[in-house]
Amino acid sequence: MRLSSIVVKKNLLLKMGFTVALFFFVSLFAFQFLESTKFFPIGVDTVYAAEQAVTAEKPAGAEAKPDAKKEEYQPAPKLTEKDYPQVKGINGRIMAWLVAQLHLWFAAFVLAVPILVFIVEIIGMATKDKRYDKMAYEFIKVSLTAYSITAVFGGLLLFTLVIFYPDFMRYMANIFSPTMLAYAFLFFAESACLYIYYYGWHAMEEGTAKWVHLTIGWMLNIIGTVLMFLANAWVSFMMSPHGVDAAGVFEGNIWHAIHNHLWNPLNLHRTVANVAYGGSIIGAYAAYKFLSARNTEEKAHYDWMGYTANFIAICGLLPLPFAGYWLIAEIYAYSQQMGITLMGGVFAWLFIIQAVLIGALFLSVNYYLWCGMERSKGAERYTKYIKYIAFVIVACFLVWFTPHTLIMTPGELKALGGPYHKYLGPLGIMPAKNTAVNIMLIFTFLSFLLYRRCNKIATVSWAPIGNAIQAAIFVAAIINICILGIYYGYFTNTVLKVGSSVPQVASTLFVIISCMIIDVFMFKGAKEVAPLQWGKIPDRSQYALFILAVSFTWLMGLMGFIRSAIRQHWHVYTVFRDNSPDAFTPTIGYATKVVSIGVIIFMAIVIFIFWLAHISGKKNVSQGAHH
Amino acid sequence: MKIPRLLLFVIIVVISYGIFKAPGILLNQPIPSSLIVMYMFFAVVTTLLWITSTEKDMQGLVGPIKTMIQDPTKKTLRNIVFVIVPLVAGGITYTQLKPSYEAPVELRSIHPAPPSTVKAFGKTFNLATLVNPYRKLEKEDPAKFTQLVKEGGEVYFKNCFYCHGDKLDGKGHYAHGFNPLPLAFTDIGTIAQLQESFVFWRISTGGPGLPKEAAPWVSAMPVWENFITEDEVWKVILFLYNYTGYAPRSWEK
Repeated sequence: MRLSSIVVKKNLLLKMGFTVALFFFVSLFAFQFLESTKFFPIGVDTVYAAEQAVTAEKPAGAEAKPDAKKEEYQPAPKLTEKDYPQVKGINGRIMAWLVAQLHLWFAAFVLAVPILVFIVEIIGMATKDKRYDKMAYEFIKVSLTAYSITAVFGGLLLFTLVIFYPDFMRYMANIFSPTMLAYAFLFFAESACLYIYYYGWHAMEEGTAKWVHLTIGWMLNIIGTVLMFLANAWVSFMMSPHGVDAAGVFEGNIWHAIHNHLWNPLNLHRTVANVAYGGSIIGAYAAYKFLSARNTEEKAHYDWMGYTANFIAICGLLPLPFAGYWLIAEIYAYSQQMGITLMGGVFAWLFIIQAVLIGALFLSVNYYLWCGMERSKGAERYTKYIKYIAFVIVACFLVWFTPHTLIMTPGELKALGGPYHKYLGPLGIMPAKNTAVNIMLIFTFLSFLLYRRCNKIATVSWAPIGNAIQAAIFVAAIINICILGIYYGYFTNTVLKVGSSVPQVASTLFVIISCMIIDVFMFKGAKEVAPLQWGKIPDRSQYALFILAVSFTWLMGLMGFIRSAIRQHWHVYTVFRDNSPDAFTPTIGYATKVVSIGVIIFMAIVIFIFWLAHISGKKNVSQGAHH
Repeated sequence: MKIPRLLLFVIIVVISYGIFKAPGILLNQPIPSSLIVMYMFFAVVTTLLWITSTEKDMQGLVGPIKTMIQDPTKKTLRNIVFVIVPLVAGGITYTQLKPSYEAPVELRSIHPAPPSTVKAFGKTFNLATLVNPYRKLEKEDPAKFTQLVKEGGEVYFKNCFYCHGDKLDGKGHYAHGFNPLPLAFTDIGTIAQLQESFVFWRISTGGPGLPKEAAPWVSAMPVWENFITEDEVWKVILFLYNYTGYAPRSWEK
């Protein structure tokens, strides 16, 4: 038997064994925990328990029969500081915060990669281009170690929550126990699909077996998505509880609790964001490999990989602001208090940081595309337009992050005559932001469109008309977005103001879809001016891919904190109060420090994963050479 | 003629700075320095990204710098630059860090988060469902509505205008005695973004009624439930929106 196959099999057994052991360990723990909630409910709610005890002492018939559901389900506990166990030297809140965030980052990555891999594999199958298959395999290889780490952090999160927030976990388990068990089993199924998908890649490369392989990939994605939706149900329930009464007593219908007000907006936002995030991390991996490549062949391969990953990240990035806007609009609709806390209150400053990071994402994506034009000499026709695109993007970006409340020194306040700026004030509210972000998206798409045609000349007879139609669509959409933003945003009521964001988004999507369709037909059989030379891209462009990954990670951390922290002193909003010593809203500095430490830890582990993938590649190469 | 890239970069940076400073110099509406720093940062970054996106322009940008550092014939220029750059950097650092008598910048958000329920006028109001009882008259009985707006105006000029101003622009007689200044209702970022229930809460319970969460909230707003009636609060709200021409935030057309 070849040495390499023994090594691979050993590796497989080791990983499978590890995952199965982890699964059983976590399941065992979870079962114990769920069992305890069912059979040992005393202590869940000391106040409620005391009330029950008093009721029990009363003579029979003195009081009406307790509500049937109260016998089965308990109200949300009213806890005191003493109900939160303390472990010396460890801050429970920060630990739960960091571990949850790290789990989420890795989970987002390992959920996204199979989606990307599945799509790339289909493309490879359809085009019969082996490069796609090779790339897809490399993608999934990178995610494999991350999968184990996701599971480790998942287990750690469960322990952390049970140790530091036992009553909260009991309350949640009381409502969600069936979904928690389903989660554990689905995790097992996902692991099985992933390992078969990865280790069976080469065995199922041809003919019918390839279809079987694709089906496994499809199942892997379905299971992964359902897993995420289940976890989303728990966190969205904490924000917009449904299926419980005002005291937090579960009404018995678990679907009501799952299908709460914010579940679907969160599902959509996270799914789209995961695709963009997965693309960005893979892009960073490709950049890492590109910069460390030793020959032109490797450079060409990783350049192409980086481009594809960046393309996927853009595809996810374009609809992301709309999904985010829907989520925030639904949060506002659910609770004015949460909405104002988010957008006008204490968290508004974090949104400015968010705006800056999103702007950095757009700039990175555009820069990468502009640098990519160096791959073909034919691009010289288009590079003169870069400055206009850059100007529009930076102008929109400045509007995008102009805050609602300006930070002014007392001297500036005096010079202005008050805190309100005549010209900047209107830029601080949503209509200006929506207009800016839509135009920014349209111009990012323009960068992509120019990049696409940099090595080609359209040969179809209707090419001039096609170009004119595309230009007309761009201009009309921009005018439409501006009118919607300015007129409906500032001169009508809020219903129309909020509503006008939908046709704005529709305009942007229309530009992207219609111009893309025209472009595809227009450049079918186009003449190649100068071939794309993969690998011929300046090294500095690769840092744009790194910035993309770091900005995404940072953004997810910050926005994740905001999403969770707008509950403020509630475990479950308005139903279950958080009375732990740490139930305060952190200052912006404190929050950003914790998130940034999380980002550093995550990035350090990601670099470790890249390195592992790198040395495993080396081993294969040397073994291949040996044989 | 193609402008050398390094020179172009300097020109763009200078022009950008001029544009950001112009509102303060020409229109008496200065952009705060904190924002200018952010604007300039991204203007510089974007310009650099554009120039370095092609190899030719990249060389045009860094070429003269490389020559200045490496070319033995540029010794004098090099020495001058090597003296000026640290001096400028040192000067900026000194200006930023030198002690000042000016009060520190205060980070304050415009809208405090409302509670879900409010106690005022001896009753409990649910802010999520609370509506202005007179709002419906705007369509049902415009004459009556106009009368109520007028009454609201009287309430305003008897009680509120001293601070919020006769033009509702936050520049009343006493306004400059307060920090933060009274709210300018004419600003699109204030009542135009809020539901009437929110405004009702702010008027009725004033500064002391601000939530403990997300503190500190500094406000000199009196607790108006002690001075005017619930009815008058709703009328004055009608007046605020009517005068400024804004519609309150609502979920219905």
